[in-house]
Formats: sequence, C-alpha cells, structure tokens
Amino acid sequence: MSVELDVFVGNTTIMDEEVYQLWLDGYTVNDAVKVRMEGGVMDECEASKDVLLSDTMDQYRTFQMCERLLHSPAKLANQLLFQIPPHRQIMLIERYYAFDDTFVREVLGKKLSKGTKKDLDDISAKTSVTLKSCRRQFDNFKRVFKVVEELKGPLVENIRQHFLLSDKLARDYAAIVFFANNRFETGKRKLQYLSFQDFAFCAGQLISNWTVGAVDNMVEDMDEHAFQTLPSLRGKTKVFIEMEGSFKNLSRGLINIAAKLTNTKDVRDFFIDLVEKFIEPCRSDRWSAADMKLYLTHYTNSAHILDTFKHQVVWDRYMGVVKSCIFKMYHD
Amino acid sequence: MPGKLKAKIVAGRHLPVMDRASDLTDAFVEVKFGNTTFKTDVCPKSLNPQWNSEWFKFEVDDEDLQDEPLQITVLDHDTYSANDAIGKVYIDIDPLLYSEAASVISGWFPIYDTIHGIRGEINVIVKVELFNDLNRFRQSSCGVKFFCTTCIPQCYRATLVHGFVEELVVNEDPEYQWIDRIRTPRASNEARQRLISLMSGELQRKIGLKVLEMGGNAVVGYLQCFDLEGESGLVVRAIGTACTLDKLSSGSAPNTNTHMPVFVEDLPSSSGPPTPFRALPTSSSPPPFSPSKPCSRQSSSSDTDLSLTPKTGKNTWPRPSFPFSSLPSPTLHIGEFPFFTLTSFPPGFLLHVGGVVSARSVKLLDRIHNPDEPETRDAWWEEIRQEIKSHARALGCHAVVGYSESTSICEEVCILSASGTAAILNPRYMREGCLDIGCTDHRFEEPSPPNCGFCHIPYDELNMPFPAQLTYCYHCRRQKVPDVLFTTIDLPSEAAVAGKGCLIQARLCRLKKKAQGEANATAISNLLPFMEYELHTQLMNKLKLRSMNALFGLHIQISVGENMLLGLASATGVYLTALPAPGGIQIAGKTPGDLSSEHISSIQKRINDTIAVNKELYQINPPELAEEGVGSPIPEPRHRSRLFRSHSESSDELSELDLSHGKKDAFVLEIDDTDAVEDIHSLLIDAPPPTGFYSCNTENMPGISNWTSGVQMFTSVRVLRLSNANLTNQGLNKIFTDLCENLLKSFYFKLRSMIPCCLCHLNFTVAVPEEELIQVTVTAVAMTYDKEQTQEKTAEKPINKGSLEAEEQLQFPLELCADSSSSNIQTASKISGIINSASVDYGSFADRCSTWLELLRLKAHTIRRGSVKTISSLERCSPLQEGRSRSLRSSRSFGGSSVTVVKMTPLSFLPGTRIIKYLGIINMFFIRETTSLREEGGVSGFLHSFIAEVFAMVRAHVAALGGNAVVSYSMKECVFMENPNKNQAQCLINVSGDAVICISETDQESSASTANTGQTGGSETDGAT
Repeated sequence: MSVELDVFVGNTTIMDEEVYQLWLDGYTVNDAVKVRMEGGVMDECEASKDVLLSDTMDQYRTFQMCERLLHSPAKLANQLLFQIPPHRQIMLIERYYAFDDTFVREVLGKKLSKGTKKDLDDISAKTSVTLKSCRRQFDNFKRVFKVVEELKGPLVENIRQHFLLSDKLARDYAAIVFFANNRFETGKRKLQYLSFQDFAFCAGQLISNWTVGAVDNMVEDMDEHAFQTLPSLRGKTKVFIEMEGSFKNLSRGLINIAAKLTNTKDVRDFFIDLVEKFIEPCRSDRWSAADMKLYLTHYTNSAHILDTFKHQVVWDRYMGVVKSCIFKMYHD
Repeated sequence: MPGKLKAKIVAGRHLPVMDRASDLTDAFVEVKFGNTTFKTDVCPKSLNPQWNSEWFKFEVDDEDLQDEPLQITVLDHDTYSANDAIGKVYIDIDPLLYSEAASVISGWFPIYDTIHGIRGEINVIVKVELFNDLNRFRQSSCGVKFFCTTCIPQCYRATLVHGFVEELVVNEDPEYQWIDRIRTPRASNEARQRLISLMSGELQRKIGLKVLEMGGNAVVGYLQCFDLEGESGLVVRAIGTACTLDKLSSGSAPNTNTHMPVFVEDLPSSSGPPTPFRALPTSSSPPPFSPSKPCSRQSSSSDTDLSLTPKTGKNTWPRPSFPFSSLPSPTLHIGEFPFFTLTSFPPGFLLHVGGVVSARSVKLLDRIHNPDEPETRDAWWEEIRQEIKSHARALGCHAVVGYSESTSICEEVCILSASGTAAILNPRYMREGCLDIGCTDHRFEEPSPPNCGFCHIPYDELNMPFPAQLTYCYHCRRQKVPDVLFTTIDLPSEAAVAGKGCLIQARLCRLKKKAQGEANATAISNLLPFMEYELHTQLMNKLKLRSMNALFGLHIQISVGENMLLGLASATGVYLTALPAPGGIQIAGKTPGDLSSEHISSIQKRINDTIAVNKELYQINPPELAEEGVGSPIPEPRHRSRLFRSHSESSDELSELDLSHGKKDAFVLEIDDTDAVEDIHSLLIDAPPPTGFYSCNTENMPGISNWTSGVQMFTSVRVLRLSNANLTNQGLNKIFTDLCENLLKSFYFKLRSMIPCCLCHLNFTVAVPEEELIQVTVTAVAMTYDKEQTQEKTAEKPINKGSLEAEEQLQFPLELCADSSSSNIQTASKISGIINSASVDYGSFADRCSTWLELLRLKAHTIRRGSVKTISSLERCSPLQEGRSRSLRSSRSFGGSSVTVVKMTPLSFLPGTRIIKYLGIINMFFIRETTSLREEGGVSGFLHSFIAEVFAMVRAHVAALGGNAVVSYSMKECVFMENPNKNQAQCLINVSGDAVICISETDQESSASTANTGQTGGSETDGAT
C-alpha cells in the first residue's frame, strides 16, 4: 500500500522558513528530510519520518507554485492564489534573491548568457553550491539584468522597486548587473584574493560616481601635476625613501588607468590594472594601509595646487573612486 | 420585468501570453446573462488590458436573476482563426437580490479555465436594480436570506422558526450525454459547471418559495449536496430550517459562540432524558419499537400538543408544504417533519435530548423508472425521513435537531443516510405570547436547570426503547439521566462539563464481494447493521478510555466502494457532570488456555493506565459528589453492560467475574480470539494529541473559550492505494486507522507554530473512488487560545442563580417590548392578514412562536450584555446603510495591501471579532481537468493547485462582495479521478459558506452602522412577510 496523493492547503499559506531555505539551497526532498531530522524537529511534535516527508513535500510543492510569482515579485503582492501575510512575502522575496558570495564571485563580470549557464555545473562543483541553487541564482541575475537593462534612472532604485528587495540586496544586485554589463575582468589569478563584497563596494563607487557623466578628457597635464605631488609628501611618511623610488611608476600607473577608461574594451581591465599598477608595487614595498591612505590623499590634493591643471572636478571624481577602491582592495 | 442587471468590465491583469510571436495577448470580454451577450472592445497587445467598458445592461425576470449566474468569458482575439478562450468567471448575483446583503459586487476575480486553472484576473463591477416592491416577488423568492451557519446567525434574532424545508432537482448529467463523445473536455466541464450553477440557483429559489409560503424570510443551516449518480442523472438537493429573522439593531449582537461557559456548579433541576444511539439500517425494516407516549411526563401539560401528530396521507410530490392548518392553534407544528438542521440553539430552547436517530437505505439507481424526474428520489428521502421521525417518537421526542442527510454512490448502488438527535423543545416558550411577559413569575416558578436539563431522559422509564442504565441526575438528583449521551448537535453553551473535550473517531473497513445489482445491494444492506454496531462499540470503548460520558457532533459516514465498505464516525467526547462517571473497561479472558492471565492483566494495566493518563490530559476532575446525594438513592440495581465479542455466549461464566472497576460499573471486553486482541490494541493505538493541542469536531471546544486571533483553516486530502494482496478486514482496519491517525499527526506537526491551539470542526470525509483506493478529505480550522486565561475565565463565568437571575433577564424584555410593541402588533396583524388571504390560519401560532423565540434571544443577550434600551433607540437612526457599508468597503480594499485578507473558517464565528453583516451565501462548484498530469507535478501537484485555486476564488468573491471573511465554510464534495496511464486527472469540488463582514470586537465605530442596517433590515422583513 502506498500514499497515492497527499496534500495540505491552508487558507493562509503555511511556509516553514527552514524548509524554504533547504529548498532554495537545492536539497532534494529526501535530503531535506534528513537535514530536518538531524535538526531535531521531530521531537517537537512527536512527528515521525512519514510526517516529516509529507510536510516537506507539501512545502516544496508550495514553493514551486510560488516560484513563478517570485520571478516578478510585484505580482506576489496582488496575486490572489496564495494568501501570504506581507512580512512573509518580504521574507520569501529576500531569501529567493539572496545568493552565495562564493557563487557570485565566480560569475562576476561574466556575460549572463546560455554559455555561462552551461558552465554552472563546474562552478557548482568548485563552490559546493548545489547546481539547482546555482541555476536559481544565475537566473535571478539574468532576470534582474534583463529588467533594468532597459530602464532609465538610478540602477539601485530601479532594482529595489522592481524586485522589492532590501537596500543592501538591491545594491549587491546593482553591482552584479554593473559588472556583467561592463564585463569587468575579475577571474584572473591576481584578483582571486578579492571577495565579492570588495567588488560590490567598488561597483557601488563606480556606479554612484562615474555612471552618469563620461570619464574622458582626463589625460592632459598629468605629468606636471605628478611632479608637484612629490614635495608635499616629503617628510610626512616614514617610508618616504622607498616611495620616492616608486612614486613615478605609481603615478604613471594611475594616470594610465584613467586614460584607458575612455576605451570601453580597456575598462574591463580596470581592476586588474589597479592591482598590477598600484596595489602590487605598494605591497612589494610593504606599505601599510595607513601609508597608502596618506599617499593617495596627498596625491589627490596636490593636484589642486597646480595652477595649470584645469580639470579639478574630473580629477576629484576620478581619484575619489580610485582611492576608495584601492583602500577596499588593499588587503591580503 | 422586475430587474435590471448591470455589469461593467474594468480591467484585466496578469493575463497569460496567448500569442507566442509577440508574447502578448489581444484580449476582449464577453458578458453573458441568460441568452443575452455583450462584448467589450479588443484591447490589443497587453497582458494588463484596460477595457473600462460601458455598463452592459440586462433586463431580466427575477426568476432568472435567481437561477442564472453572470457569465464572463475572457478571450484572445485572433484575426485569422477562432478566438481562443482564456477563461471564465461565474458570478452568482443572488447576494444582490436582498438589500440587507451586498449592494454591489466589485473587485478582482480570478479568470478560471477548467483545463489550465487560474489565468490572470479581471476587474468587474456588477449591480442590480430591482424595480418592484419586494412584496410582489412571489413567483421568485428574491429576498429570502440563506445561511449555511447552523445556529441563529450573529446579529440576527429569530422571531419565528418555521421548520424543515427541503427540495431536490434532477437533471441529465452533461458528462453522460451523447454529445460528450464529440465535444472537448473543456466544453463538457463548462457545461457541467454551468448546469450545476443553474440547478443550485433553481433549488435555492424553490426553497425560497417554500419559505415565503411558510411566512419566513430566511433559511438557516442550509445544506446543499450533489449526487453524481452517473447515467441516471445529476441530483442537487438541499435541506434547511426556515426562520423569520430580524436584524438585531445593536452593537450588542450577542456573540454567543465565543462564549463557552463551563459551569461546574450544581443547579436545581426539572426533567430528564437519556441517550442511546440507535441506527436502523435498511429502510425496509419497520421501526421495531412501538412509539412510546410522547413526553407528557414532565413539566407542564401544554407540551402534549407538541407531539408529531401522525400524518396519515401518503405524501406524494408535490407534497403539501404546510399541512398544519387544521390543527388546534396552541401547538408546535413544524411541518410534516419536525426536523431542524440547526446544531446549536439559544439557551433553554432544548429541553431534553433523547439520543441519536439515524436511518440508512440502500437503493439501486438503475431502477429509477423516470430518471429525469425527481419523484423517485423524493420518495426515497420521504421514506427515510419518516423512519427518522418514528425513531424520534420511539425515544419519546417530538423533534429532531442537528439533522443532516447524505449519500454514498458506487456505480448503480446508492446508500442514503440521514441522522439527527431526537429532542424535546421547550413548550413554554411556544405556548406564551409576547404579551404574556407579565406572567413571568409563573414562567420561572419551575426552574429548568439549564446545565443539566437537556440530559434528562425524555422517554418513559418503564417503557424504554432500548436497554439503558438510568441514574438520578448528578446535578439535580431529581430526574433520571442515562449513563452515556450521544448527539449530533453542538454542546449546549450552558451545559456543565468537566475538563476539556476531545475528538473521538471510530473507523472501520469491511470487505465485500464484488457483485451487481440487487445482489450487491442486499450484500451491502446486510453489512450495514454490523458496521453500525461495531462503530458504536468502538465509540463507546474509546469514550470510556478517555473517561468521558457524552458525545457531541456525532457524524457517521458509511462509504461504499466496489469491494469494501468504509465507516467513519467522528464526534467530540466530553464529560458531562450531570451524567454518571464512566466505568472503566474490564478485560476478560474467554479461554484461559490460549491467553495467559498475565497477558490479560498486562492489557488491563495498559488500559487502566491509559484511562488515568487521559483523565490527566483532558483535566477531567468532576466535582466530588457525596455518594448519598440529594434525593433518594438510586434504587435499581446496576446492570453490567456486557459486550460480547463474536459468536461465543457465556453469561454464566461472566457473571462470576468481578467486573467492577472501583465503585463504578465496568465495561467488559472479552478476549476470546485474536481478533479481539487486535481490536483492543487498535483501541490503544489512538495517540493523544501532542502537548499544546486539542481537537474537536464541533463548533465549540468544550473547556476552551478564550480564543486569541490566530486562525488557520485548511483542507487536506490523502489517497491511499492498497496493495492487491489479500487483505483481511483486520488488516484493512489497521490501514484505515493509521491513515486517519497519520493525518492528524501531520496536522499537529504542520500547525505546531500555533501552539497552544485547538483543531476545531475537524470534518473527515471518506470515499472509495476506485477499487483499492481510499480517499480521506479533511477540512478544519486551527485556532489559538490563551492558555493562561483558561482557568480564570472558567471561574469568572457567571452561574445562573435561580430566581434572581430570572428577574434580571426579564427586565429588558419588558422594556423592549413596551418600546417596540406598536411595531410588533403591526407585524402580527400583517402576518395574519396575508395568511387569511391564503386561507391558512396560523396567525396565532406565528404570534406565539415569534414571541417565545424572541424572548429566548433577548434573554440570551441580556445575560451577556447591558443596554438593550440604548440600542433600540439607535435603531431609529436615519438609514444610511448603503453609504456606510460602502465606506467600510472602500477603506478595506484600498487601505494597505492591494488584496483584501479574507479569513475562512468552518465555524460560525471568528474569534475576537463580531460579524456585523451577512453578505450572502457562497456556493461554488468547480471542475478541473488535466491532460498533462506529470507536468503539473503529479496527482498531488494537480490537486494542491486546484484546492489553492478554489480558496482563491472563494476569497475573491467574498472580497468583491465587500466582505472580509467566510464563516461556516465547508467543502461538500471533493471527487477526484485519475488515469495516470493517460496522464489525465479530473477533480470536482463544491464549497459553500457565508460571506460576512466582521470587525474586531473592540471596534466602536461599527455599532452605529449595525444599527442602521438593522433598521432597513427590519422594514424589509415587514415587507417580505
């Protein structure tokens, strides 16, 4: 004898957050039952394994039916099929759009195409995030990308309104979309030490400072300015001797990066350039983070001393972002 | 031309993509009523079309208004090929036909397709303009209110209860017409849905007519069912209780249901009844007991008139609907059948309860001579009702309360069942009129103790219809009570109970040989008595095991399949302090050789332990009564009730055993074979609910009254496939029992976040959809309660204090009477006028009834609330009802979330809220079919989404009526058929309930609007009568 059919439907849709997480994480029903049993939920209500299995199946079905709605979260609020209290709706959406940092780190900057989707099993193996969960996360990125692609206005705000996400999550999605759109190179070995949150921070800086205006016309007068920076630093840092040696290189590096920003193809290398041209030399000279901060601050300010330098505003915009990116990225 | 129906199509949203090329849809809408159809413009290339159509106007008869649904079809326009249907919405406009309910239907409705389910939503506004004065609606029955609720609805007062109404309509089932072979499944399903909608409308209209004929204005406890007979047709039948209801004018509408006083104190007493459970299967058997003389034994003499005067005429269709004209006026004549579908009553209404009466009959559907006509089925039900009536009479009772009817069909065999509780209703209230209020002293001189009176036996002690042990009432010590009481009604709110109640179920499977026609019917009728007996035994044992002595809400379902019969009895057990404490269960070994005495004593110990544990669990600590008691000691020697297992008979041996369990008489289980051992084990299998949970199948949970706001209604369906191994009855029983137990365990687990909570109104339905399949469908509601307050509240509950209280009660009725006497007189005269013209003279009867019930009602609410007087003055406010209710609606639907939260409950109330308006009955029928079962997640996925869709559609309709809750919700039918090989499945669901507006009990603002609605309601009632 076997249970042929087994359903339980509440007028208010019953959802267990723990089971939801297991579903999102891509557990099969049987694995989820195992996890729940180990979690000790059986003791709560004298439940047996059958009860747990039946409950898990019910919930999985519910989530599957909800999934369609979660693809356009705005629908969840005015659909009629499920009666879900508002705070639960928020939880459902937030968790559905949550992602694993390790997973997103792998696809960051990649084209959100079918090709990438095919590689998901490799990424799944590498990050030990289940393939199902990888697919969901990838599809989420793609969906958000597709929707905001055609929208005008501030990126973060658009994401937040269309997907009803929290501010933090909307910002992260903005970063992912931004990286995917500009196809920033993040996969090189030299960049491996950077976490998704490092990149997300940088993306935030880039989005809020660079995305509306262009970043061209910045190259003139850079050399002269560089020379002027040196004296103002004199005597202010212990590692001055070493710095003096590398100063020219660092300065040239930063200015070259700026120059390359006019070319979309080279923009992809922004992060690798920052690491190669600036962070690595500094690291090999064993600058502390404080030294770095001091250097960049003075380097930025010294441009104002130059009478001949006509692009103060652009320069500040550029250096402000580069500075904060480097601060974020300057760690082991 | 009495009505103009107006509909406006506003917009659609979330429509499905119908054009793959553009990923868009060119939608338009057809609006159809009767034979008239209108169309909107096509709204091209949009999934969220804005039609904003003109008002489509239908000028129609009120008869059609009642029968027909408004049919809205959403289509995708296609230039080159036929337009594709997206889906339909059927809107029942009945709620718009009486002004007390909704005034407009407006909102988002799910667009439903029988193949694809819900596909988007459509926003519609519907209004009805009635041209005529309601008085002239005699062809139709517009204005008669219908309630599924089986008690007098909150915010109404019954001025008259007219009695039983029933009706039945038959039609050919479209699924079995020749055309079904050539049309698409969709067309066939839609034809069926539409037909059933029409038939329900017609049925409701016909019942309404009967009610108007009787002089009523409402049907309470309306129970409508479908019989899918197959080849022989499709039957829609309904029963209900006709009443005249008055809208209560005040904010003080008695919220009877949320109060569950638990009296533990003794009260003085009067008369009494006992309780056995009697079931006489097959209709052919004549009532075996000579009718005992009706109840004249106790209290005043007037009650003799209440007897069911035997109706002589063989009633044939159409039956004389109101045959009491010739009878002397001071009688209660509740029509041919003194049946009430109500399950709870105003305090004092129920005088004595005799016990459960039930009747079953096996019929062959292929023997119906004229399948398209209702005569045969009418005659069948007539037969059954007569039998019920005679059973009730044998119990010395003149009425049957908590009455219900059901069927189970398998192929050409149909089992018809009816059951109810034989009872005596209070004659005093019936005898006296409004103006007699002055003689109140006399009315209460012989107090009938409310908390034990209904337990007293109504039948003659010397001429008992069945063997029972009688003792003097443990409360009043004046009247006899039975040792156990079985009823189908809810626990009367004034009953004195100890501890908590609990759900008790008896489950039984019986194998049956496959057979055809008459042989099959005979086999089934032969099995029925055994099943009834065994279910009864199980119930009795389980009751004793829980140390309880009464069952309420007893519902026995016997379901027939090709090769088996399933029996499921559910009830709520409770300890009534008026009844004697139950004895224990004694185990006796039959043949010492087989089973060692150790074994027996170990079983005995387990049973005793279980009883002790259950006593603790349900907090059954009845007040200790001095054994000498009041009054005389119980004279007759106690008889031991014995229960013999199987064939062996050996009373001699038995009587030598010491069977007493403590001081009480014991119930003996004799172990004489392995079957008996199995049975005892199965007794002990029932696991008690986990800590924090209680369960019951009645409206009120005995012992819990302090509900908090958490409410979760749910439906669960489980289908078990039996392996084809040779199963024995025993094996099947075990499987079936496990199925039910596991379901309960699942519920407890799923709802664990609501602890402490109680599962109320657990309604199990069993079916055998195919050979080797067992289907169990459960609908119930989980409600949270406050654990801390339980004790206090119980203690605080006011206890009736004899005459002092009587005076208190009477002050208000007196005042109110004076206040509204003029209008009362008017009403009365109006009634009699009309009646005279119809040459039926029951004016005086009406008068009396109106007052006794009114008094009851008033008494009920003056006990609970204060100022009746202020209320009646409020009643005179200007009638702004429409505006009021609309503003209420708008604030609800546009404030906050865009979707109105609609609560649903199978109970007649929602805890912590007060119902301020009934918007009309919800009665919906859906079919869903799929040809891609696997793709929809298999049978479970298919049914899961279908049930969710049904809920969604019910909620949408309620919200469109302006409501925020459904009470007395029930799923009448859930027929599931599958064919996994063909990747197909089909399911039919019928749900019903009452759409209401309820507000939080603390809300002040509402009282005014209630008063206003009360005013209009009152005037309309006048008109209608």
